[in-house]
Amino acid sequence: MRIPPRHTQKVAVALLGGATLLTLVVLFFIIFYVLKRGLPVVTGEFLLSDQEDMGRAGGIFPALVGTFILPLLAIAIALPLGVGTTVYLAEYTRENRMTRIIRFGIDCLAGIPSIIFGLFGFVFFTIMLQMGWSLLSGGLTLAIMVLPTIIRTSEEAIKAVPVSYREVSFSLGASRWETVWKVVLPNALPGIVTGVVLSIGRAIGETAAVIFTAGQAMQIPTSLFDSTRTMSVHFYILAREGISMKNAFGTAAVLVLLVLFVNIVAYWLMNRFIAKRS
Amino acid sequence: MVERIVKWLLAITAFSALASLLLIALFVFKEGLPFILKTGLSDFLFSSHWDPSHGKFGILAMIVSSLAVTAGALLVGAPLGICGAIFLNEFMPVSVMRIIKPAIELLAGIPSVVFGFIGVTVLAPFIQHNFGGAGLSLLAASLILGIMILPTVISISVDALAAVPNSYRDGALALGATKWQSVHMVTLKAARSGILAGVILGMGRAIGETMAVIMVAGNSVQFPRSPLDSVRTLTSNIALEMNSAIGVHRQALFATGVVLFVVIMILNAIAGVAIRRKIRGK
Repeated sequence: MRIPPRHTQKVAVALLGGATLLTLVVLFFIIFYVLKRGLPVVTGEFLLSDQEDMGRAGGIFPALVGTFILPLLAIAIALPLGVGTTVYLAEYTRENRMTRIIRFGIDCLAGIPSIIFGLFGFVFFTIMLQMGWSLLSGGLTLAIMVLPTIIRTSEEAIKAVPVSYREVSFSLGASRWETVWKVVLPNALPGIVTGVVLSIGRAIGETAAVIFTAGQAMQIPTSLFDSTRTMSVHFYILAREGISMKNAFGTAAVLVLLVLFVNIVAYWLMNRFIAKRS
Repeated sequence: MVERIVKWLLAITAFSALASLLLIALFVFKEGLPFILKTGLSDFLFSSHWDPSHGKFGILAMIVSSLAVTAGALLVGAPLGICGAIFLNEFMPVSVMRIIKPAIELLAGIPSVVFGFIGVTVLAPFIQHNFGGAGLSLLAASLILGIMILPTVISISVDALAAVPNSYRDGALALGATKWQSVHMVTLKAARSGILAGVILGMGRAIGETMAVIMVAGNSVQFPRSPLDSVRTLTSNIALEMNSAIGVHRQALFATGVVLFVVIMILNAIAGVAIRRKIRGK
């Protein structure tokens, strides 16, 4: 029996729609579930007090501080390297074998799983360069991890600056570097910032690479060589070792809200950037 | 003068990513490769006897578990993600897509530990209650990873579908095809390699995921005989034992990292070829 195309169409659309609905329900359930169980735990005191008894009681203040400092440190290292790479590739060279190899390297780096970054950071920064479990080890490891994101987004931003801008600048007698510094980069800035914000989001959520490099000391770091514990790591330890489900949910809720906030800011910036250009 | 210094500085930074990659490869291989050579590739890869305290380091059971978990994740994530992408791009108005696609991409940013936690608190008890077993299992890990790769698969598949020129669809419709016929006979064929790239990248994410898997997979070193069995993947094995490992044991973990590194690089290369073919086809 041959089913008329009109009917197969109906069945197909129903199936596709069902799959889409299921996907959305599952993904949003996760957010709502975490927020519903976690938000009641989150109070001013929870956010601003020290942990007590391994995290069974008290708050998450040191982890909150660590979560802010570590990604910022990573960005401070990765941003000049990433933007420098992009400027060199986009403004100073033509496509040739060397740039293709560089791009291939960037793509490969983007695909490496975080546990490998953790292994590498542990042997290289923590042990070989004797940085120990510290902000610096963690920051450097995360910097390498977010480098591809920063390069890709800033490349899009720099390529989107019209060639005529550069031509005008050259015709006024500006050198290449003056053109890059005073014309190209300011115009590409919103796009670059988007990449930075996305990278911060990724760094905040990272666990495997951080736990082996920045360590897990629940303290407010006072130097680059102090170990720190980010919220992701704190949450992982609370949940994995079954220390306190209540505080784990609370930490998860803060973490999810923070990541969502950071990513929404990134989207907002990106849309404004696109809107401004067209 | 300034120009020349700047140019050299920029050229140096341009190699930062490549240098990092080489450094990572160098150190992981330096720590892991001597172990593999000493133990012998076959004793390492094709033995499933993992008992570090007695000097037994066979990772076959973990390779199989990694593959099983990844295959399970694809079984869940690929069909759902591709169907979602088709529905959103082909059957929904652009205005709806503009809201839903970013919302789905937003979810890609949710930390993997949170997914793992949902697996422990919701999914594992559900499996234990309805299907038996301990709950923390191959099945739980596959489902959680399948959900985790959804944003990647959907986002890249939507981009691939959106890149198909409208004239293809119009041509099919003009020949009397229904909307669905034009989608599965024309649009899907044209977007095939882009969708494949999305699935492969999702696969890379699934095989490399660590923390979520540790939380939900149960972590027993054994061949999975049923979806309800507890399993330990290559990534979990590294993360679980890294803190306590010294000497040969640690080298064995780095050797596990070498295997993982090689597998991921191969997957990336395949995805890269698929994406490049898509660009050429455009």
